[in-house]
Amino acid sequence: MDMIQNTRKVISILVDNKPNTLARISSLVGRRNYNIETITASETHMPGVTLITLVVTDSDPDILEQIVAHIEKLEVVREVHVMDNNGGLYRELLLLKVMVDKKARSSLLETAEVFRARIIDLSRSSLIIELTGEPAKIDGFMDLMSDYELVEVCRTGVTGMSRGL
Amino acid sequence: MLLTGSQIVMEELLAHGVNTVFGYPGGAALNLYDALYEYRDRIRHIMTAHEQGACHAADGYARSGGHTGVVFATSGPGATNLVTGIATAWMDSVPLVAITANVASNLIGRDAFQEIYITGITMPITKHNFMVNDPADISDVLRDAFRIAHSGRKGPVLVDITKDATMALCEYQYRSPETLPEPLCINPADAGRVAALIDAAQRPVFYCGGGVIASDSTEWVRRIAAKGDIPVCHSMMGAGVISHDDPLNLGMVGMHGTVAANLAVDRCDLLLAVGVRFPDRVALNPGRFASSAKIVHIDADRSELNKNVKVEVALRCDLRQALTAIENQVQGASHPAWIKDIQAWKAECAPTLSGDDALEPRSLIGKISELSGPEAIYVTDVGQHQMWAAQYLHHTEPKRFITSGGLGTMGFGYGAAIGAQLANPGNRIVHLTGDGSFHMNLNEGCTAVSYGLPIITVIFNNGVLGMVYQWQSQFYGQRYSATVPDRKTDFVCMAEAFGAKGFSARTLEEFEECYKQALTEKGPVWIDCAIDKDARVLPMIPGGGTVEDMITE
Repeated sequence: MDMIQNTRKVISILVDNKPNTLARISSLVGRRNYNIETITASETHMPGVTLITLVVTDSDPDILEQIVAHIEKLEVVREVHVMDNNGGLYRELLLLKVMVDKKARSSLLETAEVFRARIIDLSRSSLIIELTGEPAKIDGFMDLMSDYELVEVCRTGVTGMSRGL
Repeated sequence: MLLTGSQIVMEELLAHGVNTVFGYPGGAALNLYDALYEYRDRIRHIMTAHEQGACHAADGYARSGGHTGVVFATSGPGATNLVTGIATAWMDSVPLVAITANVASNLIGRDAFQEIYITGITMPITKHNFMVNDPADISDVLRDAFRIAHSGRKGPVLVDITKDATMALCEYQYRSPETLPEPLCINPADAGRVAALIDAAQRPVFYCGGGVIASDSTEWVRRIAAKGDIPVCHSMMGAGVISHDDPLNLGMVGMHGTVAANLAVDRCDLLLAVGVRFPDRVALNPGRFASSAKIVHIDADRSELNKNVKVEVALRCDLRQALTAIENQVQGASHPAWIKDIQAWKAECAPTLSGDDALEPRSLIGKISELSGPEAIYVTDVGQHQMWAAQYLHHTEPKRFITSGGLGTMGFGYGAAIGAQLANPGNRIVHLTGDGSFHMNLNEGCTAVSYGLPIITVIFNNGVLGMVYQWQSQFYGQRYSATVPDRKTDFVCMAEAFGAKGFSARTLEEFEECYKQALTEKGPVWIDCAIDKDARVLPMIPGGGTVEDMITE
């Protein structure tokens, strides 16, 4: 199975950490009528340099090429590349709060165990689960969790890195 | 030395060779304007009637003179009034630095009086923008702003400075402007490949646009065209790339282009597309544009390559350098059969004039071309008159036809004409407009009067919004929705009320008389010309069509 679904593309962008950088990039993608699935921004080991990881629906390679060409022109952008779906490692973090009473708890914990998810908060009627993994794994877990009464769900969006040097 | 933020702005303008700025003052801009007063012997400030006019003036100044235009505005409405002007410059890749004042930094984000988030508003219509709230950053930011505006594919940059930063003192040291990045050179192998394609072609055509004008590459297009016997057509932004009387000139291509240009592009086997965007007004049907040709596209901007039309050879590089390298390697050729075809199309489709004295658009423009002299710079608004001007003016040199191409901004003309006149005090500036466009920003008449600018405005007055009216005639069953405004404006009286001269003409003979008089005036002149409302812009290829769908009568 692919690390990331083939209907998505991951664009990795190194930018100067300046005001409005995220807005500049998201507005640019929006202008091309392209939908952003997830966007993450984080500090890197280089001071003043931020990494933005953008996941977009991969509909038309020409539009993707346009987006990259436009992002590359932005003054704040140092480097852009479209990551290879198979040659990269992708991770996402999920936090999920679910209503669960004593009776249903053990079956839920069983499922969590299979996915190597962690329980990070527990109360009489609810618990919070933390899961890290490839986006497809998170999707699979979410699918099973839909049997339960979910209270809150947050996913961080995808971050990724190419293998090797 | 210790200077205020505003004084640092002035020093940076001077360091970048700026001696003329356009603008309009206001509360947040008081410190900047106080510095402009102090530097008035070195920086001339042109105050317009409206910030939009100031922005178009800075744009016209840049387009006709080649220097980056600079416009000042205050916060809030001052800044938002620049938006259409900035977008106009953005779409046509005009180097512009807009400096806006904002409220003091302790008021930012509090919805203070005349506060607006102008960096957010202008994000999609600038190459880059900055918000500065520390006087220590002003020098660096302005140096970046001028570098960005004038490098690669040129365009507008906005610098928003808070009022406290314009007032505070800060240490300033003169530095020479940042060096522009080296032009991106064409790979010699690519230059050889293009030259070989030119030499091998049987039916080559140049399609040149604003990029050729902006990069000062006209001379190299002309040389390659002459050497390789290549007919040249141009987009509206490329007018002047080749002289109107050059036998290789095909005229404008696209929706309202000449029959010869559109046929030549359709039938050619090699299309040399230089500094162009293949927009929907040229490649009306992108899938069938130049469908028999190999297309070579050379542009400074990678994002233009393969954007609208797929091409065989896509080269991102500096146009001037690339064309020089290609010219060196072209052996030279002649294509008598192809040139014969083209001459036949040109002869066949030369529009005929009725020959009487009526004010037909073509005869009117012919008369203007004839009387204005070879050095004249023509500035237009947007609509039918603009297309007639693009089609019929005798274009000879680049930077002499100033028009809003990409955005199509009605109301662009008068401001731009003011800027063009200030950049070129020795040239005759002729502003061609329609009654619709002129009504939008004719307030700048007061500016032309204040500064004694001898701009001649020719109003193509047909009493309707001609271009939309023409579409309604042709495609909307003559349902003239909101295009027949029944205005009662007396342009002659209005000109006089502003302190300008006003004339009106109903026949070509009357026009000639007024125009000759206008040429002797020291200040602005408006000439109201009565045009038939049913005069159409032809030929025309409807949106999405090809040369087969061309309407010629």
